[in-house]
Amino acid sequence: MAARAQPVARVWPGIGAAAVVAALILGTLAAVALRAEAGRGLSPSDWAALRFTVMQAALSAVFSVVLAVPVARALARRAFAGRQAFITLLGAPFILPVIVAVLGLLAVFGRRGVLNAGLEALGMPAVQIYGLFGVVLAHVFLNLPLAVRLILQGWQTIPAERFRLAASLDFGPGDMWRVLERPMLLRMVPGAAAVIFAICLSSFAVVLTLGGGPRATTVELAIYHAFRFDFDLGRAALLSCLQIAVAGAAALIALRLSGQGGFGAGMGRPVRRWDARGAGFRAMDAAFIGAAALFLIVPLAMVLRDGIEGLGQMPADVWRAAGYSIGVALVSTVLMLSLALPMAVASARWQGLEAAGLMGIAASPLVMGTGLFIIVYPFADPGAWALAVTALVNAVMSLPFALRVLAPAARDCIADYGRLSASLGLRGRHWLRLVLLPRLRRPLGFAAGLAAALSMGDLGVIALFSDPERATLPLQMYRLMGSYRTEAASGAGLLLLALTLAVFWGFDKAGRYGADD
Amino acid sequence: MKAFAFAAGVVLATGAVAETPQLTVYTYDSFVPDWGPGPQVEAAFEETCGCDLNLVAVGDGASLLARLRLEGERSDADVVLGLDTNLIQSARETGLFAPHDVDAEFDLPVAWDDPVFVPFDWGYFAFVKDAGLEAPGNFRALGDSDLKIVIQDPRSSTPGLGLLMWVKAAYGDEAPEIWEGLADNIVTVTKGWSEAYGLFLDGEADMVLSYTTSPAYHLIAEEDDSKAAVPFDEGHYMQVEVAAKLAGSDQPELADAFLRFMVTDAFQSIIPTTNWMYPAVMPEGGLPEGFETLIAPERALLLPSEEVPALREEALDEWQRALSQ
Amino acid sequence: MALTIEGLRLRQEGFGFAADLEVTEGARVAVIGPSGAGKSTLLAAIAGFLAPESGRILWQGRDITHAPPGARPVAILFQDNNLFPHLSVAQNVGLGIRPDLKLSAAQRAQVEDALERVGLAGMGARRPGTLSGGQQSRAALARVLVQDRPVVLLDEPFSALGPALRNEMLDLMATLLGGTGATLLLVSHDPADARRIAEQTILVAEGVAHPPRETGALFDDPPEVLRDYLG
Repeated sequence: MAARAQPVARVWPGIGAAAVVAALILGTLAAVALRAEAGRGLSPSDWAALRFTVMQAALSAVFSVVLAVPVARALARRAFAGRQAFITLLGAPFILPVIVAVLGLLAVFGRRGVLNAGLEALGMPAVQIYGLFGVVLAHVFLNLPLAVRLILQGWQTIPAERFRLAASLDFGPGDMWRVLERPMLLRMVPGAAAVIFAICLSSFAVVLTLGGGPRATTVELAIYHAFRFDFDLGRAALLSCLQIAVAGAAALIALRLSGQGGFGAGMGRPVRRWDARGAGFRAMDAAFIGAAALFLIVPLAMVLRDGIEGLGQMPADVWRAAGYSIGVALVSTVLMLSLALPMAVASARWQGLEAAGLMGIAASPLVMGTGLFIIVYPFADPGAWALAVTALVNAVMSLPFALRVLAPAARDCIADYGRLSASLGLRGRHWLRLVLLPRLRRPLGFAAGLAAALSMGDLGVIALFSDPERATLPLQMYRLMGSYRTEAASGAGLLLLALTLAVFWGFDKAGRYGADD
Repeated sequence: MKAFAFAAGVVLATGAVAETPQLTVYTYDSFVPDWGPGPQVEAAFEETCGCDLNLVAVGDGASLLARLRLEGERSDADVVLGLDTNLIQSARETGLFAPHDVDAEFDLPVAWDDPVFVPFDWGYFAFVKDAGLEAPGNFRALGDSDLKIVIQDPRSSTPGLGLLMWVKAAYGDEAPEIWEGLADNIVTVTKGWSEAYGLFLDGEADMVLSYTTSPAYHLIAEEDDSKAAVPFDEGHYMQVEVAAKLAGSDQPELADAFLRFMVTDAFQSIIPTTNWMYPAVMPEGGLPEGFETLIAPERALLLPSEEVPALREEALDEWQRALSQ
Repeated sequence: MALTIEGLRLRQEGFGFAADLEVTEGARVAVIGPSGAGKSTLLAAIAGFLAPESGRILWQGRDITHAPPGARPVAILFQDNNLFPHLSVAQNVGLGIRPDLKLSAAQRAQVEDALERVGLAGMGARRPGTLSGGQQSRAALARVLVQDRPVVLLDEPFSALGPALRNEMLDLMATLLGGTGATLLLVSHDPADARRIAEQTILVAEGVAHPPRETGALFDDPPEVLRDYLG
């Protein structure tokens, strides 16, 4: 309803938060650009990087979504023991530290991995993970679960009555597809694909590890190279503008296409269905669910297998680093929430604010980190601020995902209870305490878990600022790998995996605990 | 009386803390952990300098220089330790560094008379393989073979850049041909040394670009003699790791003292079994047991540091073109 | 002294609305008309949810056109979402006394008393989700009682209840609010509701709220728009 401002929810804190985010992203970019000496501008290889970036993101999005449809359909129409657990598990790869995910994928698809051992035993040629294939494989691994959840949500927007009606009209699977499922998919799939496309555009660590050479250079990777030997800050800033333009546009399209749908939180029971009862359909659904489970679980199991041996060999530093990581994750979560909550509230009136938050997807953490370094350096020792800066950058990076969850929930809360609250004179911090926070418990828990987990696994800016006394766990793991200590690094990887899942689970659980609807 | 002595000790100690000058040394990550040279170097230097040595780890060799350029003349660093021969020219051009007063007999395969940069260790780049593997003896043979190798990205890593220079130094204008030959042998190109070596240890490749000294780590620290470096008959490119004093240092005397300390036995004897490189000045006790098993390249290759930046541009272009096909 | 609406004009999603009328203090007035004609708009304007383009709203001669909703002499019940599902029944009622819920012992007793009067004695600790539809309506009514505002706006709050239960609620409300002397505006689409409790009726049709008329007279001789609506 185009009413006037709901007096319960003030808009200016949200606009302020959005301005802070914009200032962080654009201000740091400006700081880098201003510090630049005359560089050589963008080279042909930078344009090649842009082409590769778009291509790999498009392939990743298409494969994630195409594979997600049959899995989501199977989950939507089958009830089986462990279904809920499986859907919960689907959340795991998305929050997985990329550096750990890559370890797991290598253990399966690598040259000495399980898959190639099997192929060799069968006398078949080995698969080669490095290059475009590996990059897309890893992106599908990380994003397939998100695609499944988004599309499953689409299935659950079809009311149970429709399926009953379909059953009474004796619809077969083909009719069901034509009348109910295809229209829903046409609505859901473009949005899901666009979200994944936007996420994969700024991929860095995956391409860095699995890219396999100069062919596979993304824009973010080119930014990284510009910071290294060349120290060409002007080029880094230019590339970052390019990335913000491309990824920002993709993110806006995603926001448009995916509409009001949340972010895969809350998955109900399967709707009772009467179609697709034949053994063939059952077998097909079982195969899709089984294959998806294998694809997602086996790499994680490998991380577990390799990590357990290494746990005993980890030096004490690793535990200290784990402590810092938890601290950074918590601070980052608090920062993220204090940006996201006012923005979510203000988005009830000003939907554009959610788009402002989306810039986090498009921004380059390397540029943001370097910009903050340039800004902080004249006033303080950047080493001392390393953890704070990491927490801040991580908060901005997880903001788009958090907003995706919080903004619709806040809008619903204001739509449902805004007038009641206003008529009772319930506003400001009382409204926050008595209405908004309790109503938003679940999405808040979910968003906080997401932010904490993403921050936990991030090996980005910290490397720029690091000092030896205060390394985070991913950095420490990386350092162990750099000191011929692969086994201890695997142990640290397992610890990182466990802690990441634990912080997510803890927040998510806290959000659900006592939430009564 | 005891109490008085204790109190006096505390007073003296606190007095000393207040007066202790601090020397800040920027170095790369792998220098500082418990198992790296850092802790021993720090203890040894602090014994003699009456100062507090503050080792700050900032990534690897390349990020070390980037960080100094970012901080400019206001940097807190007094000394930077961990640049290599390929970075020297870029580092020199920043004008951030001051000449040293170290006078030492360097045990390097090449003559060293740089007025600013002091070597502290060195090594030869080499491909490392499992000891049993039949390996080719040069780049051409490697390119013709089916062996899989992992290398580091010359755009982000010092060994990667080293390999680029190695091929350039050995083959000059024929370098593009060599890279085209190697293209189908390269499993992947990693960001830094650590990922590449990790992939090799996990069995992802037959050989990895590393150092002739890498097998010594496995032999001495893990009592594992299953790794070996591969001798190449065109010679091996060298990496000389250097340190230098910052011109903007507020502790110039201490910085000089540190650089002089760096070439003494106390520092040099720590290097082989912590940094797994050859000491720049041979310590009195010689090399630790195990190093004698390493291969000794017949030819040491090293391009003059002034030529590196221009050659790098050219070589990078050739490399990108060969591997992008 | 009354609730006066002077030359009120407002626009909402291209839909224009106008009202110029006066409701006597203490009157019980039904608001009736076709759906989409602007019944809820009238209540929303009085409650302060919609800003008028022009015109004034006065209560006892005091201009409240620009007062925020919570500062108006108005309590309102909506069609749904009258209770916060995460708060207990007693907390929901208590919000009518202090929006920050920092209640004194006397105020808590007042809440208990209101619950007792609507027939929910002892249910204060329960969550709304555990109550039946009728009980939820009673809880909302208890809050209106403790709010103790001179104007009570009811926007079809009982429309989801069955006929018997709805009549029961209307009667209970009429009885309880009758004791307070509050002015009552009740939106309904059922003429029977109007006849049951309202002596006057405001007809809202085609974006215009007409001044109240005697309920009986209005229905006995309905104008054309009302005739069309009643069928």
